[in-house]
Amino acid sequence: MAMTTVDQLQAHASSLEKRRRLYTVLGAVVFAFLVVMGFIGAEEMNSGGFVQGLSKFFDYPSNIVAETHNAGLGWFERLWVYLPALFETINMAAVATIFGTVFAVCLSFASTRGLGVWPPIIPVARRIMDITRAFPELILALFLIFMLGSSPVPAIIAVAFHTAGALGKLFSEVNENIDRGPLEGMTAAGASWSKRMRWAVLPQVLPNYTSYMLLRFEINIRASAILGFVGAGGIGTELRKAISWANGADIAALFVLLFLTIMVIDQISGHVRRRLVGGMFVGAR
Amino acid sequence: MSAITAGETARLNASYGEVLGVHRRQFLWPVGLVVAVIAYLVYAFFAFDVPDLIAKSRLDRGVLLGLDSVAYKVHVEKNLRRDLVEVAVEGERTATYDEADLPDWVQVSGPNANEGRIDIDMGGGYRFVIEGEVLTVTGPGLQRPFVVTAGGETLSWEGDTPSWIELNPKKVDVKPSLFQRAQVTSGRILVFRYFWGWEDFWFDFRSPLHDVSAGALWSLAWSDERLDPEMSNAALIFHEFWTNEGWQHGDVFKALLETVIMAFLGTVVAAFVALPLAFMAAANVNPDPVSRFFIRRFFDFVRGVDMLIWSLIFIRSFGLGPLTGVMAIALTDTGTLGKLFSEAIENIDNKQVEGMQSTGAGALTRYRFGVIPQILPVFISQSLYYLESNTRSATVIGALGAGGIGLKLVETLRTGKDWENTAYIIVLTLIVVIGMDMTSGWLRRKLTGVGRD
Repeated sequence: MAMTTVDQLQAHASSLEKRRRLYTVLGAVVFAFLVVMGFIGAEEMNSGGFVQGLSKFFDYPSNIVAETHNAGLGWFERLWVYLPALFETINMAAVATIFGTVFAVCLSFASTRGLGVWPPIIPVARRIMDITRAFPELILALFLIFMLGSSPVPAIIAVAFHTAGALGKLFSEVNENIDRGPLEGMTAAGASWSKRMRWAVLPQVLPNYTSYMLLRFEINIRASAILGFVGAGGIGTELRKAISWANGADIAALFVLLFLTIMVIDQISGHVRRRLVGGMFVGAR
Repeated sequence: MSAITAGETARLNASYGEVLGVHRRQFLWPVGLVVAVIAYLVYAFFAFDVPDLIAKSRLDRGVLLGLDSVAYKVHVEKNLRRDLVEVAVEGERTATYDEADLPDWVQVSGPNANEGRIDIDMGGGYRFVIEGEVLTVTGPGLQRPFVVTAGGETLSWEGDTPSWIELNPKKVDVKPSLFQRAQVTSGRILVFRYFWGWEDFWFDFRSPLHDVSAGALWSLAWSDERLDPEMSNAALIFHEFWTNEGWQHGDVFKALLETVIMAFLGTVVAAFVALPLAFMAAANVNPDPVSRFFIRRFFDFVRGVDMLIWSLIFIRSFGLGPLTGVMAIALTDTGTLGKLFSEAIENIDNKQVEGMQSTGAGALTRYRFGVIPQILPVFISQSLYYLESNTRSATVIGALGAGGIGLKLVETLRTGKDWENTAYIIVLTLIVVIGMDMTSGWLRRKLTGVGRD
């Protein structure tokens, strides 16, 4: 190493500092440019402008509220009327979550090193997860509705497909972070593969799996409701009808039902998750 | 390893009954859970009427759709009522072959196509011949040619009729394979031949550049002789590609851009609105419980109402377009990101803030140097994570009316005719979503230094 004086070091440090600042400023400029260009572009492409839109923003909600008010007490009956549709949406999400979780567990085990699966299968499983995760549910649902007809089943398949990839990735991260001690202990005792998985791996990963699954269930309720819009049944289909008939009271009833359901499930799953994994999950949403 | 004998088991059970009992009970609940899940699935199977669904499903549509998204067909149609013969790609008026310039697998003999004989080589040894009101089919599997006569009230036929010929007095369907097909009704004889690939993907059927090879195109782009006096050849090539009527490359690109803008701006706005609000919602920054409570409920509200519902409300006020999507994404994610950021702020190590305070720093300086560096990794990684997931969401709310690639996709699906266009849009969407995923993952690793593949 060449001789360096303190002055040289200082000069070097300050040049590094200058370069870092330059990069930060450049990054900020590029970022600001993108944001401004994006806004100008979005404003141009939109059929209505930003400013007049803001003034009209409360028209629609206040319309709905007014019609709901006019409906009087009879409005509460509508909540009851739409309960079966809500139930169907929840069922869709539940079935999709169950199937998705089963596939996700298989994929995550197949994509984790050191769990004694056949190594060549690992990259294959990972790519499968990448693709299923990237595939927007809507596209698959539309395709399946075309083939199978309007029914909740296409939506279930589509949501389960996406769930398999999304959960599979999270699960495989859990698998990678397990404590290998119990696994080595079981191997030393001569346990078979299934026994090793059952007694050394499952107890470690199950709380996290459950937690992620509950989180996904919540997301899937929203997804199932949205897919109802394209003909998959459930509360989304009812919402679409109400909106196209511009029936404010019905729209309000459906909004309230959906909002309450999501809130309730959010609270329950949050509570269960906190109990399962303690404070480990800051920001898993 | 030696097995445990029955006597040994009994002795173990007798002396360690308590421990082994717990073990057995632990075995029971997973079994119960599995039984419950299976029972639920059986219930769902009937609640969603799966048997009926299977009975009514149109799997043939799926096969056709799969084929149509990777192949195109050329129609040869003879309209008997109007004495008209047309050879067209996908049967579209804009892609009709001139009678003088038919594809070489269609041979016309006689004065013209209407009065003469049309001899169509269908590939695979099959030959379909249209003469007057008669279609003659010859090929493998047919000892005697199959002849069907149209024109009368009902159809009449003679010759061999293998299982791939569907006979019906009103309609005869000849399908030797997926790639060859003929339909005869009393009014017309229609022959399709399928070819692999996406037809006219680069240039329109009517474009002057149609059927020009890549090499010729390359030399054309560099030559001085202008095909169109208005613009240079390179510009013409681009213009012809961009305005391709069947594939609408320009429109599709614009729609993709809209979707990306929606996701990007929505996330950026959400992140920068959520950050100050998160400070106000954090107990260790804002001592006033009332304002904290209201900000937190605001987060819950915008998050709970859901992006879908927000987008429906915004469509009413902002009209169709990316701005609507931006607003819906921004509002929903202000709630989610605000909640996450405020939790991160509450979990910071307070020593750095105290250190800043001991030097006499003001409130803003304390937050800037005491808090922000600690929550920056969460801020960046969560924002990037949401950027990626919002790209997917943007296609969905786009399909519901906000515009962008989602709407484009639904439009092509509704017409239900050009599945290759649908496939094209799906492929592009996947590329964009996976690209966003990789970019945000790369940025996350670069900026926060955490996370491996």
